[in-house]
Amino acid sequence: MDFVAGILVSLVIAATPLIFAAIGELVVERAGVLNLGVEGMMIIGAIAGFAGMVDSGSAVVGVVAAMAAGATLALLFGLVTQVLLANQVVTGLALTLFGLGVSALFGQRYTTYSLDRFPRIDIPYLSEIPLIGPVIFAQDALVYLSLFLVAAIWWALKFTRLGLVLRAVGENHDAAHALGYPVIWIRLGVIAFGGACAGVGGAYLSLVQTPIWVESMTAGRGWIALAIVVFAAWRPWRTLLGAYLFGGFTILQLHGQAFGVSIPSQYLSMIPYAVTIIVLVVISSESGGSRLSAPNCLGRNFQKPK
Amino acid sequence: MLRLVPRQTGSTWMLWSAPVLAVILTVMAGGLMFLSLDVDPVAALGHILLDPFSTTYARAELLVKSAPLALIGLGLSLGFRAGVWNIGAEGQFTLGALGGGVVALAFWNVEGAWLFPLICLGGIASGMAWAAIPAYLKVRHNTNEILVSLMLTYIAVLLISALVSGPLRDPEGYNFPESRMFHASAVAPILIEGTRAHIGIALAPLIAVILWGVLMRHEIGYGVRLFGDAPKAARFAGFTEKGTVWFCLLLSGGLAGLAGALEATGPLGQLVPDLPAGYGFTAIIVAFLGRLTPLGVLVGAFALGVTYIGGESAQVAMSLPAAVVGVFQGMLLFFLLSIDVLVTNRVQWVVPAAAKIKAGP
Amino acid sequence: MITRRSLLAGAAALALPIPSFAASKPLKVGFLYQAPRDDKGWTSKHEAARIKVQEHFGDKVETTYVENVSKAPDAERVIRQMAQSGHDLIFTTSFSFMNPTVKIAAQFPNVKFEHCTGYKRSANLSTYAARYYEGRHVLGLISGHMTKTNTIGYIASFPIPGVLRGINAAYLAAKSVNPDVQMKVVWINTWFDPGKEVDAATALIQQGADVLMQHVNSPAAMKVAQDKGVHAFGLAVDMSEFGPDAHLSSLMFNWAPYYIKRVQDLLDGKWVSEDTWDGVGPGMVEFAPFSKAIPADVIAKVDADVKAMSAGTLHPFKGPLKRQDGMVWMTDGQIPSDEELKKVNFYVEGIQGSLPT
Repeated sequence: MDFVAGILVSLVIAATPLIFAAIGELVVERAGVLNLGVEGMMIIGAIAGFAGMVDSGSAVVGVVAAMAAGATLALLFGLVTQVLLANQVVTGLALTLFGLGVSALFGQRYTTYSLDRFPRIDIPYLSEIPLIGPVIFAQDALVYLSLFLVAAIWWALKFTRLGLVLRAVGENHDAAHALGYPVIWIRLGVIAFGGACAGVGGAYLSLVQTPIWVESMTAGRGWIALAIVVFAAWRPWRTLLGAYLFGGFTILQLHGQAFGVSIPSQYLSMIPYAVTIIVLVVISSESGGSRLSAPNCLGRNFQKPK
Repeated sequence: MLRLVPRQTGSTWMLWSAPVLAVILTVMAGGLMFLSLDVDPVAALGHILLDPFSTTYARAELLVKSAPLALIGLGLSLGFRAGVWNIGAEGQFTLGALGGGVVALAFWNVEGAWLFPLICLGGIASGMAWAAIPAYLKVRHNTNEILVSLMLTYIAVLLISALVSGPLRDPEGYNFPESRMFHASAVAPILIEGTRAHIGIALAPLIAVILWGVLMRHEIGYGVRLFGDAPKAARFAGFTEKGTVWFCLLLSGGLAGLAGALEATGPLGQLVPDLPAGYGFTAIIVAFLGRLTPLGVLVGAFALGVTYIGGESAQVAMSLPAAVVGVFQGMLLFFLLSIDVLVTNRVQWVVPAAAKIKAGP
Repeated sequence: MITRRSLLAGAAALALPIPSFAASKPLKVGFLYQAPRDDKGWTSKHEAARIKVQEHFGDKVETTYVENVSKAPDAERVIRQMAQSGHDLIFTTSFSFMNPTVKIAAQFPNVKFEHCTGYKRSANLSTYAARYYEGRHVLGLISGHMTKTNTIGYIASFPIPGVLRGINAAYLAAKSVNPDVQMKVVWINTWFDPGKEVDAATALIQQGADVLMQHVNSPAAMKVAQDKGVHAFGLAVDMSEFGPDAHLSSLMFNWAPYYIKRVQDLLDGKWVSEDTWDGVGPGMVEFAPFSKAIPADVIAKVDADVKAMSAGTLHPFKGPLKRQDGMVWMTDGQIPSDEELKKVNFYVEGIQGSLPT
């Protein structure tokens, strides 16, 4: 029992950064913007969060710093794509390159620090339920935040005015503009939000999972988050499924080794990426249904009609 | 207030001065960055911009570093022009190195002038095969080639690590995860004696010229350009998206694969798990810097080569962190993308309509 | 009147070497690091030794370093730059620098090169490495005593002989004091990746390991051990600050005695290319202060074994020993030669799991 619970706990820890990054990007894409710079925003959140906690001693400061850093970098992307009308794909890539470089540069002086354990919140009584207790009710605050965020975004997109407007902007930005909605400002807002989320996702790595700073420690998770958004067909609850699947494979691979499974670890590590491709194919080739669920204006810049 | 107003036709002058402006802005921003790090900006920039030209060896190294960037960038530029987004060039580069390397290792005890061309063909074929996957999936299932090619990059990096740690290991190498050193017939021929400048530095400009010809004079190049500028017109003219997708992805995959094979048989001389060096991503910057034209890509590759060699020189001379190079390259791309808006738009001073009405009679 | 000829003559005069100046020119010694020099791991130990060299020789030696050279093709360029800029002796401190070092050494026969953990030598290229397995023997002794679950977890990088020797030595030593002990190994295929190290450590602990060893370079596993209340050994540096209760000791390297010796050899004109493989005796392998949690009698045995290894009377791989596949490796009383040790690419009998490829 304990052994299985242990693995599930590891699973949650592996999935949480992906949840933050994916849910943030999901909101951004629903509004019609494709921000490929998730990796860059995550890594900058990772160093900002780490530096924040090292310099101030407070986990909260670290998380806030990560949000701010992620949002700032994202706004740079926003400025260049929404105001200066640059191509979203390339700008997203520039964001990633820049973010990786800046974080490495800034992180130079933090390579020898290590942090104390991130505060964990054990919910009384519930955390003692065998198996699911420790897995669901005895995690750190950020895990609870990630789950809350997914629920909140689902609710907001489906039931609130803001969610409706956002979706309208993503489906038909010309019509939204004609109705009087400030398309560019709305998009800038969600871009910043997405950046903050990705930043927290990155900070989870440097503050909780491995409380050490290492250059490029996100190791491609930003790209996986992008895949998870597609895997989830842009629906919030399915990002949870995607994130746990991906996190799961990483953990299982290590346990497989400890059990004596003799497939080289690199092949096992390939599985999440291969699965993503398969899922992408399945999602994109379904006629009707999922293909229609991609926001219509995804990737296209809005230019005010003359 | 300031407003962006679309131009009637794109400004050619702006198109070509944008990269120059971007470079100047990057140098200035870089200088500021050095100041904020308490580093002498003049000295640092001096190392970055001048050291690559200071000795014959340095100049040769500059060419050696620029060659793969140019080769990959050339392939990518055509694709980007047509709206085919191959972001997985790094994976195709890696597969090319593997393909070429496997050929070299298969004939490890055989000499002959035919071996090196065969290695190059192996590299090109494997790069193309790896790019064929996103091509097929896009054509058949409309799957987004950005994500597929990217996922394949991660798989490629893991694959080379697995193979080099296993079946391709040097039998006399004490189990270390690297292949045999490539023998004389398998090594890229050196063009400038006393340096590492191999045949790749001549292939890049040659291929640039060929591609320019294809782009400007050949029907398929016309299709590529048309898809970029006016997709409806392209379809009307009889070009198919499928054909263009296949052509662009196979071309960029093949060129990236060639670059990989040359890197493995040139500066590296063997296969190691560490082989993927990020050129596939840097080449994207190169393609844009070069305005998606073959000759522009050559210049762009050269410029980025300077950031690599110069950046390393600054590292050695001034103990600067290695990350400086990445920041420079990212800044360059950002500035370029920002300035590019001026190619298709003008800046205008516009009086808000409300003020006009109030100012009425 | 200044003529072109007089200018040239003057320039030539200035370019003439002045013998007395050349004699007092300090020896230039360069160090090449793969990682940042303060990585609190492998590289930081080389840097610490470099600083000792500088202190020891004062004005007679000028030391320089280049850090963060992570790729072999770039390493070639940097080593060449060092060779060309007047260095007399260059230490390349990572295995991945082997082939570039060989290449440049051939091009600069008057410069001396020293490559760490490699196996290719030439007239001006030496190799050096540490006998980690002697240190692992000690770690194994301690783990055998300290484990309550009889399971030791090992986080390993690549299945190269150096790593495998360490695993085998640790296991054999642990088994000699605790016949029921078993060892689980997880391979993460990298020298440094804290994320993977955390996952590996967690997986091993979940599978019952209560003493961890590592042949990877970050303190991540030590932190996990501290978190989960088990014990662990660190590597390269004293990792007690990362796990005050978990830390039993760390296996460390001290390159200073070797570096000082080689520089002195060069100053005396006695430098020749050789292969140095030192262990606890010459002090190349050392240990961080042992934890108070280790019983005194275990420490006494450790001290005795270290003395014996230094004297040559104890060898961690003295037979009878079998390989995991059942074949005999060492017969009763037989001791492996250095050549045989360098070819170890197997587990000894008793270790579970199979090697990656």
